[in-house]
Amino acid sequence: MTSTEQGSTTRPMIEFRDVTKTYDRGRPAVDGLTMDIERGKITVFVGPSGCGKTTSLRMINRMVEPTSGRILLDGQDVAEQKAAELRRSMGYVMQSSGLMPHRTVLDNIATVPRLNGVARSTARARAKELLDVVGLAPELGRRYPGQLSGGQQQRVGVARALAADPPVLLMDEPFSAVDPVVRAELQSELVRLQRDLAKTIVFVTHDIDEATILGDRVAVFAVGGRLAQFADPEEILRAPVDDFVAGFVGRDRGFRHLSFQEGEDVTIHPIETIETGRLADPSVTVNSPWTLLVDAEGRPHGWVPEATRESVTSQADAVPGGSLYTRGDSLRRALDASLSSPSGLGVTVDDDGRVVGVVRAAEVFELIEAGRLDRGRANYNTAV
Amino acid sequence: MDYSSSNLFVQMGEWLSDPENWSGSRGIPMRIAEHLGYVGLTMLLALVIAVPLGLYVGHTGKGRILIVSGVGILRALPTLGMVFLFALLFSRGVLPAVWALVLLAVPPVLSGVYAGVSSVNRTVVDAARSMGLTEWQILTRVEIPNGLQVMLGGVRAGVLQVVATATVVAYAKADGLGVFLVEGTQINDNGRLFGGAVVIAAVAIAVDGVMALLQRFAISPGLRTARPAAGSQQESGRQEAVASAQGGTT
Repeated sequence: MTSTEQGSTTRPMIEFRDVTKTYDRGRPAVDGLTMDIERGKITVFVGPSGCGKTTSLRMINRMVEPTSGRILLDGQDVAEQKAAELRRSMGYVMQSSGLMPHRTVLDNIATVPRLNGVARSTARARAKELLDVVGLAPELGRRYPGQLSGGQQQRVGVARALAADPPVLLMDEPFSAVDPVVRAELQSELVRLQRDLAKTIVFVTHDIDEATILGDRVAVFAVGGRLAQFADPEEILRAPVDDFVAGFVGRDRGFRHLSFQEGEDVTIHPIETIETGRLADPSVTVNSPWTLLVDAEGRPHGWVPEATRESVTSQADAVPGGSLYTRGDSLRRALDASLSSPSGLGVTVDDDGRVVGVVRAAEVFELIEAGRLDRGRANYNTAV
Repeated sequence: MDYSSSNLFVQMGEWLSDPENWSGSRGIPMRIAEHLGYVGLTMLLALVIAVPLGLYVGHTGKGRILIVSGVGILRALPTLGMVFLFALLFSRGVLPAVWALVLLAVPPVLSGVYAGVSSVNRTVVDAARSMGLTEWQILTRVEIPNGLQVMLGGVRAGVLQVVATATVVAYAKADGLGVFLVEGTQINDNGRLFGGAVVIAAVAIAVDGVMALLQRFAISPGLRTARPAAGSQQESGRQEAVASAQGGTT
């Protein structure tokens, strides 16, 4: 925090200047890396294994020393700072939580403040607050790491990294060892946390999806430690700079890119609904091929086809619906809602989850096409 | 001493139950005290030598091969032979015997301490270093507490060997529990010989029990607790996560 206040706000937080790392006469792990890491943003290093992304991260806190080149933290060469003190000024989260098994969760979180001379009681009180920040129940503080699940351990790892309120967080594949459900949860919580904390986060992953979800800026590394592309995630997906990046970003990149297109203009059509409570009454008929089943609060619970209305007498008989589109979300969500719906109609809800209507895939495609034409005119002066 | 029977066990029982053997400067309690005194002195010297060496090698990884082969050589040395060698080379009295015992105690302690430090999960050590612990702090706050179980195991093995072998002191000076063995052999007193052996065994068991207790209390409960059964833990926010990961379904 102090360094953020002292440093010039326009200066990048971390600057790599022609940094090369070569291990024992081998090919370079990192080759002539020059890049600026912006203050208060999440910068993601992504690439296949052996591309030097982790090595680059670990050179920032001197866990790895570069063979040549300089790394500046807030304008100061990290090589001139004491390694231990430098490391305490940055939070570090790793793939396996790396928690100390002989210490309680609270004492693990309090580690760095204690090293910095904060009194035990103060450090523990702060650790308790952090448990809440990372979404853990306070009673978990008294447990030992061995008694926690993998996801809980990673949360404690994040809390520990935040304990001394460092301006910089280094995260080395922090979510790759947890199952996909927990990973999605941790990702969205990191985004939520970052909105409040505005740390400078350097995040390493091999997962391009994770990179585009989390990153304000994404650096794609190629094998041999070459920085292939460093841009906004939207640009990485839309305009990969070369075949390597295009190949790494993968074949779904066109679809993924829709995540970055606002869905404000999607037309929302009204939809006939039937309340769950009235299903059992055979006199209540439906008049469209597909009628949406809603509860008393207006939340969707599946579809009632006109042809089989008589056999649907309870919520359990309804045809399960597809994914939901929250009004105003990206085109990717709108398209997915309509494609995954058995009726072909994407159920659209408001922020409270109440049905406001449906979207149609064909109309989403029209918007995508219109957007492409606009960009075509703007970028290439062409109408095709 | 006159025994009522020629049976070995009867003689042993009579020797052990004779109150005369339990008092005075030549009695069993005094011999136990002397014996434990030698054990204590031996262990103190062995710890001073082996613990710093073991910690250094375990932490830095330097000189591993030296330690392993050195320990092997030391273990091959016959302790009684070393007592006589040291007595011939240096001095009379108990010190040669104590040093011979130190040679016996160093290998288990050294390999225990070394193995304890190297048994600590390298990821935990790497995380500690990444957070800004100095090498000394890593050693004292991470490696020692986490390796303590294995380290104390080595010390315990060393103590046990020394308790059993400290009888050799009796060859240099009429001290310790070994006296009963030496005298028993010399005057052909089987009751004394076997009674003394039983006392040594009892002392060894008692000392080992104390060490086991110490080991139990010195270890952090975090290193003892097993992972709870899968599915039993309350993952906060898990329900919302499932929903958000699936984008919510109607």
